[in-house]
Amino acid sequence: MFTFILNHCLTGIFCCPLLTALLLVFVPRNYRVIIRAIAILGTFISAALAVYMFCRFTPGAGGYQFESRIPWVESLGISYHVGVDGINVGLVLMSAIVAFAATLCAWEIQTREKEFYILLLIMSGGIMGAFASLDLFFFYFLHEFALVPTFIMIGVWGRGERKNFATFQITLYLSIGALLALIGLIALYVQSGANTFDIPGLIAYAKNNPLSVSSQNFIFPLLLFGFGILVSLWPFHSWAPLGYGSAPAPTAMLHAGVIKKFGLYGLIRIALPLMPVAAHSWMTILSWLCLGNILYIGWVAMRQRELNLLIGNSSVAHMGFIFLGIASLNVIGVSGAVFIMVAHGFLAALTFALSGYIYQRAGTLEMAELGGLCRPLHFIGTAILMAMLAGCGLPGFANFVGEVTVFFGAWKQFPVVTVLAIWGALVIGGIYMMRAARNILHGPVPAKFSSLADAGLWRKLPYALLLAALFLFGCFPKLLTDQIVPDATKVVSVYQSSNLTRLNVAKPAMQTVSIANRQRAAENQ
Amino acid sequence: MNASLMTLEIWVLILGIVLMLADFFFSVSPERKKYIAYLGIASLAVMLLTILGSDAVTGVGFNGSFVEDELAIFFKRFFLIAAILVLFLASEFSDKISATLPEYYSLVIFALTGMLFAASANDFAMLFVSIELITVTFYILVSYQRRKVGSLEAGVKYLIIGALSSAFMVFGIALIWGTTGQINFNQLAAVAPQFVDNKIFLTGVLFLLAGLGFKISAVPFQIWVPDVYQGAPTPTTAFLAVGSKAAGFVLLLRVLFTAIPAVTERWADFLIVISALTILYGNLCALPQQNLKRMLGYSSISHAGYLLLGVAAISVSGRSAVMYYLAGYLFTIIASFTVIALVMRHLNNEDISSLAGLNQRSPLLATTMTLAMVSLAGLPPLAGFFGKFLLLKSVIAAGASNPGYYYLAFIALAGIVISFYYYFGVIRAIYWSKDAKDLSPITLSGTAKFSIAICIAGMIWLGTFPSVVVSLADEAAKAIK
Repeated sequence: MFTFILNHCLTGIFCCPLLTALLLVFVPRNYRVIIRAIAILGTFISAALAVYMFCRFTPGAGGYQFESRIPWVESLGISYHVGVDGINVGLVLMSAIVAFAATLCAWEIQTREKEFYILLLIMSGGIMGAFASLDLFFFYFLHEFALVPTFIMIGVWGRGERKNFATFQITLYLSIGALLALIGLIALYVQSGANTFDIPGLIAYAKNNPLSVSSQNFIFPLLLFGFGILVSLWPFHSWAPLGYGSAPAPTAMLHAGVIKKFGLYGLIRIALPLMPVAAHSWMTILSWLCLGNILYIGWVAMRQRELNLLIGNSSVAHMGFIFLGIASLNVIGVSGAVFIMVAHGFLAALTFALSGYIYQRAGTLEMAELGGLCRPLHFIGTAILMAMLAGCGLPGFANFVGEVTVFFGAWKQFPVVTVLAIWGALVIGGIYMMRAARNILHGPVPAKFSSLADAGLWRKLPYALLLAALFLFGCFPKLLTDQIVPDATKVVSVYQSSNLTRLNVAKPAMQTVSIANRQRAAENQ
Repeated sequence: MNASLMTLEIWVLILGIVLMLADFFFSVSPERKKYIAYLGIASLAVMLLTILGSDAVTGVGFNGSFVEDELAIFFKRFFLIAAILVLFLASEFSDKISATLPEYYSLVIFALTGMLFAASANDFAMLFVSIELITVTFYILVSYQRRKVGSLEAGVKYLIIGALSSAFMVFGIALIWGTTGQINFNQLAAVAPQFVDNKIFLTGVLFLLAGLGFKISAVPFQIWVPDVYQGAPTPTTAFLAVGSKAAGFVLLLRVLFTAIPAVTERWADFLIVISALTILYGNLCALPQQNLKRMLGYSSISHAGYLLLGVAAISVSGRSAVMYYLAGYLFTIIASFTVIALVMRHLNNEDISSLAGLNQRSPLLATTMTLAMVSLAGLPPLAGFFGKFLLLKSVIAAGASNPGYYYLAFIALAGIVISFYYYFGVIRAIYWSKDAKDLSPITLSGTAKFSIAICIAGMIWLGTFPSVVVSLADEAAKAIK
């Protein structure tokens, strides 16, 4: 029994929160402590399983590990298929830890706890399942399943005057993004002709029967912009700062930290290996769009007066680095992008958790009203300072490693963009982060805040956990890079110089000449 | 002649007569009269399990006018389940109906008979008779609350537009018969290719489609829907939304793909436009609605549009998607009308705002309504998501030959996004509207809980384990030749 669970621990990791949510349906709503305890236990088990899986993972072993596969709808080629390789193993670990931390941070919710915990668990379980699944259908299905609770949580438990508008905006944007991606994914399934939703199956099939250039040119923009809207790619970002500003802290932690990475993961997992020709032609445009994230949103962040909007904007800005890494289309860049995805997951969760604590205690996040919080709140203040330093890329925190790797990767292709992005990262990021730190942490303490209570031992746990993760991967990046690099190499193998020339040579031929001719052309080279 | 093919229809007809006569033998108290409905439910359930069980007979009879194939069996199962759930709903709703109840139940059964014949219709005579049986029964069912002006108004509107569309249909059938000399679908299919350029023949087909468009409430024949849905007694509305629409679709599938495939292929663009207009009209008009039944009326137009996606795709996978989607729609729409009937039976209007505080009055009903709205909006893990997924898949697959299908997919996408607004408006009214006037708990009878449980189980089962129904729908779709 026990070995069975360990062998199928990936299924356990994401089903555990979902089953816990189902269990909570049957707990009476006035058993508040029990509800909270069950929710924490559920996410703890999945986090523990994720740590176990991460430690047992063999880097570079090839193929997928911890695989399970059950046919679901055979006539359509849909199967329940989960597994991890170097690209998603870190993401699953990050999601499970952030989900655990978010559940711990949910103590600020005082009304309708039962519904809140159920939705939070659905969100966590759904998104972990989406990261784990190797089937296109379940990949989309579980993400959508995780996304819907976000809207409800912002609508019901959100804060601020613009809550309704924020709910409306985030629902509209993310639904459009998700549906565009759905059309792209269905078109991918239909056009590939492989009659399977299995991602490894599609990639293997595409090796011998690549998608025609015209279908690639149709599908790739759908995925790029569909996923791009989900990741707040500039100029489709405006839902993010306001949405996060209005969301309750645990929701913002999970969405900004984890769910947002789905679109990026989708690009790396599906779009890059399957549509090399279209991806290659879109990447220059993407590199300029990501400058919009890094520079423009950086400037917007500098003007913010409210802490949550500032963090929200900075989280949008960080997405730019990941897009830059993807746009570079080489092993270093893509590995760096995956690394930032994991690091930023911890960081975004940490900053939103901390701002949630301040909002809970001080009742406001206006930076002009806050000040000198380091004195009453020793632990929280220090944690905020560390989070902000991590956000502007201080060595020692995981973000530094990822960002530097991305810059190395992107330097060759996009020198101008990289220079501007480095400037944005160091100078603009530094300015808004440090100004915010000065405004809220240093200086005189307003009288009404002088007696704020610092987090107790138990409440320190989520912050300590997330900080520890940032330190761990910041000081020992090898733990993660060893796992990412072999599989990132596989993802970008289609773009190796020799293969790419083959693609470019074959490009005019692809539209008219049959597959056999193309293969012959490749052999002649 | 193989009369055994019609066993089910004969038994259902006998059941309808028995229920009507049962009125004489039961005492007058309305409580007791509920047992007549339960008798009907039990008999239908037995028929579902025996006659339409796993080894249902197939074949063609009555000079090729009656066909019992996988398609017919799929839809007959569908209609029986719909009638069972509607009878549950009607027995809950009985205190609102002042006229004699058993007649209401037997009229539901007669309408069901019409639907069963529609599922098997293989020539124009059978098609017309079954449609008339359904429509004439519904004239009475719609105006059954005879002391309520809205119900009578709905009845009159349904009668006038229904009669008009029947006239169109008969005229269309006459033109088709006049040009081709054929009335049987299979025989017509053999000669139809010679007539694809015959203007009179094509006019006939167009008129016939107008009559069917009225049944499925496709634009531009949708105008009756909001008033009738709003005014009719809630069980009637539910049966109209599910049974009558599905009957229209099974006939549409037979006519388009068995009788006149040659014309259908030429009219792909026409079907694309109709589908797109129906989706946009339904969704845009549903946005400002205050009355829940009226909103569901417009939403039912938009769902007719989604279903037409699968028809317009002109492929086996498209037809199979239509059937899967209808199966999910059955449980979803009956769940929502059951909630409406139970919550609003003592109110004169069915405003969305009267759902306020429902989660305190009855958590079960609140959950049911939420699940129904989430499924109608097409979100996982419920039936609506997988249905829309299949429909979109069939449309995108057709896109390789005709780029119009890609535009259609994007219009469907726009419709889905618009629909989130009004479906979430209902959920919002249930959970976080602050002006609840009435917070008294709602007590549910055991049978109401049972039928709600069936609907919830149906929605979740179809959404998470679709393979059984998908393979049944595939078989049914392949039966259309």
